[in-house]
Parts: sequence; structure tokens; C-alpha cells
Amino acid sequence: MKEEVMLMKGNEAVAHAAIRYGCDGYFGYPITPQSEVLETLESLMPWETTGMVVLQAESEVAAINMVYGGASTGKAVMTSSSSPGISLKQEGISYMAGAMLPALILNVMRGGPGLGTIQPSQADYFQATKGGGHGDYHLIVLAPASVQEMVDFVALGFDLSFKYRTPAMILADGIVGQMMEKVVLPPFRPRRTAEEIRKQCPWATTGRFGHRKRNVITSLELEPSKMEEVNHRLQECYREIEKSEPRWEEINTADAEYLLIAFGSIARICAKAMEIAREKGIKVGLLRPITLWPFPKEGVRKGAEGKKGILCVELNAGQMIEDIRLAIHDSIPVEHYGRLGGIIPSPTEVVEALEKKIIEK
Amino acid sequence: MKQEIIIAGFGGQGVLMMGKILAYSGLMDDKEVTWMPSYGPEQRGGTANVTVILSDDRISSPVLDAYDIVVALNQQSLDKFSQRVKPGGVLIYDTSGIHNLPERDDIKIIPIDAMEATFRIGHPKAYNMVVLGALLEAMDYKLPHENVLKGLQKSLPERHHHLIPLNSDAIEMGRNLLPK
Repeated sequence: MKEEVMLMKGNEAVAHAAIRYGCDGYFGYPITPQSEVLETLESLMPWETTGMVVLQAESEVAAINMVYGGASTGKAVMTSSSSPGISLKQEGISYMAGAMLPALILNVMRGGPGLGTIQPSQADYFQATKGGGHGDYHLIVLAPASVQEMVDFVALGFDLSFKYRTPAMILADGIVGQMMEKVVLPPFRPRRTAEEIRKQCPWATTGRFGHRKRNVITSLELEPSKMEEVNHRLQECYREIEKSEPRWEEINTADAEYLLIAFGSIARICAKAMEIAREKGIKVGLLRPITLWPFPKEGVRKGAEGKKGILCVELNAGQMIEDIRLAIHDSIPVEHYGRLGGIIPSPTEVVEALEKKIIEK
Repeated sequence: MKQEIIIAGFGGQGVLMMGKILAYSGLMDDKEVTWMPSYGPEQRGGTANVTVILSDDRISSPVLDAYDIVVALNQQSLDKFSQRVKPGGVLIYDTSGIHNLPERDDIKIIPIDAMEATFRIGHPKAYNMVVLGALLEAMDYKLPHENVLKGLQKSLPERHHHLIPLNSDAIEMGRNLLPK
């Protein structure tokens, strides 16, 4: 089937995109504000068409370990949850990073800490980009700002995670998950055959048929020198990702005196703030990191050149701002504006913060 | 063209569905659309609202300070959003249950008696479609009715498609509620 234009929620869009990508399995557990992912998959019943498995596990921990199992066999598998549920999955995610397993994880963030609130938040930036679980590892982290990007990042996330053999995360929030927008769904792609998986994933436990040595999927290595090798291999992989995969978007940065930097849905609010500020004669540009890890250091460094100051706007108390300051070595003033606990700032509020924290200083 | 609209009322009045049909109709008319609901515990018997943006161009923020049109279906919603109508904008409110009006002379205030009209056609569940009709009529951007019908078709599950003529009539009735 061909491309289709539809109106749907970000969460619903992820479900459609997964089926169309040729995803082999989804394992999840409901939690607001992302329950529509599982609900939509259940109502679309892909097991009757593409053969994709959809399973509501008994818990988030079970779901992520099912993902580990599926990924070990080279299958394209995924899970989704929201902040408290993603915390529960961290052990499994760390194991997958250690065992070099590709998988896609969606976090539709809500306010924390703890059970927090069901309203939108971006307070899991540190957790997503700096590891989250134990050990020296990174996830590839994609931050969608529209329902269309929720669709596009399913394919991108899976592709990158298979290319580098590392789990990828779509770090969304309650706004992108819950809002409806126009989306263009990609054509259906058949799930990979067993033969194709054997070819693409020579490391996977696909059955050796007497032809090769056993493939062992594990994150355990008791010999320290060997464990150090494993770590070096991971770090090499991360350096390669940092070199090749940073992505970002710039709007009106060329003539700007000030820069707003924001990711995900908050970048959309900042785009409106930029329109309002420009009407008032303030020359503002917007830079939106699309990959949060690898952080687009070069993009931010170049974007900051010649600017008078940066306002980083996030739905948290100041997390991405650390990566911005590191990227530009504090060469110009960087301030933070954030709302917490599920409160969403309005575009005017962002303009006022820019005036107060950067321009009038 | 760009229309920034918020529809607010009680949970259960069909505010979100009405917004969805409006958004889908815009999509059928080849516009960029965004539908942003209030979600959460407030929907259980409390207030519910939805922001709908229709535009020729890429839409920036789904969250807004000010609206071209505010549709308020209860007093709480009117109190919350009446000051957020842009100067020159439109406030539509249902006269049943709303008694305190904002003191603003820089906006157009349109009272509609949608509740009464709904009872007249004998289908109280079509209330939100009557309101949608009034909203469509009040918008600067004129959405062709054929695309509203397509929007209805896309928004309703197929088992409810036999109700499309009834909903279409309710929308038509709503259009006529506006003072000519």
C-alpha cells in the first residue's frame, strides 16, 4: 500500500509507523500519557496482517526483557512507556547497551519525580542522554517536535539502532503524544525474512545450522581485561555516532542577535515566541536539537557565533543547558527558562523570559 | 490564512470530538492542522478544552496565549478564556448557563442558544454539531461544507456513518443561529 495522509495523535502515529516499518514485536504496559500506542496496536491487530507480535506484558520490567529476548534474535522490536515506567526499564536498557542489542524505546515524558503528574514534561533529559541505567553507555536519543516526526523517527530510530547495534530512544512528551496533526504515513514495508535477518545480523542467535561458531548474547564478562575491551568497543561505536549522526534544525538564525534553544514540543512554543519577538523588533533565532544524544555540539557552537546570548527553554529545571554551555565553552551568556511539574509555558511567557534574563541583562 | 481557536466546556459535551471534526475538515480542505486537547483528570466531569489551529503554513506552537475565536460552553470556560480573545477576535458562548459576560468592546461577542436549538431537533447528542455550525459560520476562513462532510466521515467510526445526515443538519442549524 502507498503513502496515506491522516489526522492522528502522536501516540497513534507511532503504532501505525511501527507496523508499516515492518516491526516484528511490541511489548508494553499501559501508562498515561502514552497508552494509545498499545491501544492502537491492539485495535489494528497487526498479528493478522504482517505477523507483528503485540503483547501487553505483566509489567514494564517484563516488557523490556521481552525486548531483550526479541532483539537477541535480530528482530526489530520495541517498547514504549512514560517516565515512571521508563525508570523501571533502565536495568534492561543497560543490559541491552552492554550486549549491543538494537531496539527502539519510546518515552512519552510526564512530570516527575516519582509518580509525579500525567501532564507533559522534559525532565528525563539527563536520564535519556547520560545513560539512565548503570555503566558507561549511551542511547541514540531522538526528540520529535511534531506528529510527523513521531512517525519518521520510528524508522530512523530502528535504522540507527541496527546500524550501530545500540538501543535508540524516541524522547517525546505528553504534548507530542496527545496532540493530533496531519501525518503522511509511509508505505508498508514487509517484515524481514529469516534469511534477511541472518544476513543483516550475523551476531544474532538465529540458529547456526552447523555452519558457524555459537553466537552468545550477554552483557556479562567476568574477566576485567575482556570487559575493558567490550567497553572500548562501545566507546568507539559512540565516537562514530557522535561524528556521523548529530541532527538539528535552525530557523532564522542567520540574522539573529539572540538564540532560543529548545527540543521537542517546546521548540514549537519557542517558534511562536520567536514570531512574537520578531514582531516587536527583537531579532531572535531558534535552534532545535533533533538528536539529544549525540548532542549537536558543532551546530550549537556555530549557531552561537556572533550572538549576544542564548535562552534555553525546557520543561525541566535546567538539563540540556549543561550540554549547551559545554558545547560553546560559555563563550556567550546562556540562561535557562523552564516550567516544572506539568505546566507548559506560553509563547509570550518565553518572550518575557528572554527579555528579562538575556536582553535586559 | 490562519485560525487559532479554542473550544471549552464541560467534559461530555463533545468538545474534543467537535475539535476533531473541525481539524479533519481543515485537513480535507488541504490545510495544516493541529488539535491539542486538555487531557487528564479534568475530563472526568470537570472542564475540557481543545485548541484547534488551521493554517496555510506550517504551524508553530500547539499551545497559545491568545485566540482568534474562543467558544465557551460554560461559565468557568468563559471566565478562563474571555480575556484571551485577540483584539478584533470573536467570542462565541452558549446562552444557557452563562450569565456573566466579559466587559470587552474590542471583540465581537456572539451569543448562541445551541442548547435550545438542539432540543428543537430532538437530538440532544448533536449539541456539539450545532455549536460547530455556529463556529464555522463565525470563522473568517470559510470551510466548504463538502469538506466538513468529509471531516465528519473521517472522524466518525463507520458504524456511526448513518448519523452523518443528522449531524450535517445539526451543523446547518448551528450556522443559522448566528445573527445575520
